[in-house]
Amino acid sequence: MTSILLAMQGAVSQGILWSVMALGVFITFKVLDCADMTVDGSFALGGAVSAVMILKGVDPFLSLFIAVAAGMIAGTVTAVLNTKLQIPILLAGILTQLALYSVNIRVMGQPNTPLNGVSTIVTILRDITSMQKSIITLILGIVIAAALVFILYWFFGTELGSAIRATGNNEYMVRALGVNTDMMKIIGLFLGNGLVALSGALVGQSQGYADVQMGQGAIVIGLASIIIGEVIFDFLVSAFKFKLSFAHKLLSVIIGSILYRLIIAIVLQLGMKSTDLKLLTATIVAAALALPVLKSKLPSSKNKKIAA
Amino acid sequence: MLKVENVYKTFNAGTINEKKAIQGLNLHLEPGDFVTVIGGNGAGKSTTLNLVAGVFLADRGKITLDGQDITKQPEYVRAKLLGRVFQDPMLGTAADMEIEENLAMAYRRGKRRGLSWGVTNNERELYFERLKMLDLGLENRMNSKVGLLSGGQRQALTLLMATLQKPKLLLLDEHTAALDPKTAARVLELTEEIVTKDSLTTLMITHNMKDAIHYGNRLIMMHEGKVIYDVKGEEKKQLHVSDLLKKFEECGGETSDRMLLA
Ligand SMILES: Nc1ncnc2c1ncn2[C@@H]1O[C@H](COP(=O)(O)OP(=O)(O)O)[C@@H](O)[C@H]1O
Ligand SMILES: [Mg+2]
Repeated sequence: MTSILLAMQGAVSQGILWSVMALGVFITFKVLDCADMTVDGSFALGGAVSAVMILKGVDPFLSLFIAVAAGMIAGTVTAVLNTKLQIPILLAGILTQLALYSVNIRVMGQPNTPLNGVSTIVTILRDITSMQKSIITLILGIVIAAALVFILYWFFGTELGSAIRATGNNEYMVRALGVNTDMMKIIGLFLGNGLVALSGALVGQSQGYADVQMGQGAIVIGLASIIIGEVIFDFLVSAFKFKLSFAHKLLSVIIGSILYRLIIAIVLQLGMKSTDLKLLTATIVAAALALPVLKSKLPSSKNKKIAA
Repeated sequence: MLKVENVYKTFNAGTINEKKAIQGLNLHLEPGDFVTVIGGNGAGKSTTLNLVAGVFLADRGKITLDGQDITKQPEYVRAKLLGRVFQDPMLGTAADMEIEENLAMAYRRGKRRGLSWGVTNNERELYFERLKMLDLGLENRMNSKVGLLSGGQRQALTLLMATLQKPKLLLLDEHTAALDPKTAARVLELTEEIVTKDSLTTLMITHNMKDAIHYGNRLIMMHEGKVIYDVKGEEKKQLHVSDLLKKFEECGGETSDRMLLA
């Protein structure tokens, strides 16, 4: 029984650290409506940069900021390929992601970098507080996620943030209102991938190593988290009749990410093979994305139409 | 105010889909001109507006607005001079954002967008007053998502957004064509109200000849990428739909069903 509880606690901490990545995916996919495939690469980039910096003697906290900067550069590359060189966003992201595989190995000098025996943010905080590692990860994750929700809520309420949201909503209108939409996309992908790399760095430090494969499937995991969060909040809205604000949406991403990890932990406890998890994740996302289409095909459903 | 000088625009040049949309267009607008634009399908009316707005650049020729050469300016830069309403009600507004957020985006047309709050309380008062003028009850729904509005409400809102910061030139591309007749009439009324109140220089494309005669102080007819007829003042007021149809046929235009609807 305690092993199950421990697994659950671990799942929640993992969910929170990965939720930072999901917030990044939320910015690019949802807010900006850009299918940015850079994510898998920029996640590993964050982990790699942070790990290598720590081994070079850089403060583990400072290494997080350097990782964020690296992720931001990766996002900018994709955005420039897309906006200035007119490469379709999907392909632009895939190209950057592919290139990052080589870059990440270059950064680490090998396909992975263990952090054995060096201090990370987790071990530093453990030495200060003398709490358990798993508890520290949990608290650290909560603090960072809460701060990010706060900062992102503020940012997307500003003039600039509103213009980015509007770009994802109706690019045509936004240009007619004098906004450089290319620049909005660049800023969006810059921020999004910065968060993704931060998540990679946090996950790397908490698990004690960075690996060139660590970001594999991150996009789909991010989307799964967003979708699970949406389902939960749709239910809450219909049950408690409140207005879904941008802050709720940010929060839903984090809750979705935690629930995703809990679902994974549960199916593993139930005896699912860990190599089957990617199949499960892909199925969850595909099913959730197909849901609106399937619903609209049911004869009983009421189609909400905007009257002309 | 607006000067379009000898402008040419060909789409898909050198391919089998080549289309010479604008062929030596000249057009001068005086400040305060309210010009209605008519012409058959494919005459180049929308292309003209899009060239002025910078959706794409002219192949040749020069466009000046308010003394500025805007021929090569990107769309988002010249947007500070222009107000635009499109045919498709979906194009002019952001559906997933609130009415006040849409207005706030429009209120900052041509201004730098920084890190101050996206909508301020002072602005809200202004938006409330302006929305009230529309008389559609939108002033009490400022926090509703625009996606919940009808097409007519969205066009009225877009019109308000286009004129919230007084534009040097207002571009209207069949902005009532997608609306039912009653709503279309109401949006046209509003258009005239706003244009008159602020004495806005306006280019309004319409496929309704009656409207083209009734509204504005000047009327131009386009055909094959050129202005083929240009009347103003008294002469315009005396026009009848039949005159326009005759004019249209003289130039070899096929009188489409759509134009006869007028
Ligand atoms: N973006 C475009 N690409 C290719 N052809 C276009 C484009 N826009 C307009 N055209 C063509 O140019 C011609 C003029 O179009 P338009 O200006 O939209 O006519 P209208 O007078 O009906 O508004 C048409 O033959 C149209 O098919
Ligand atoms: Mg047209």
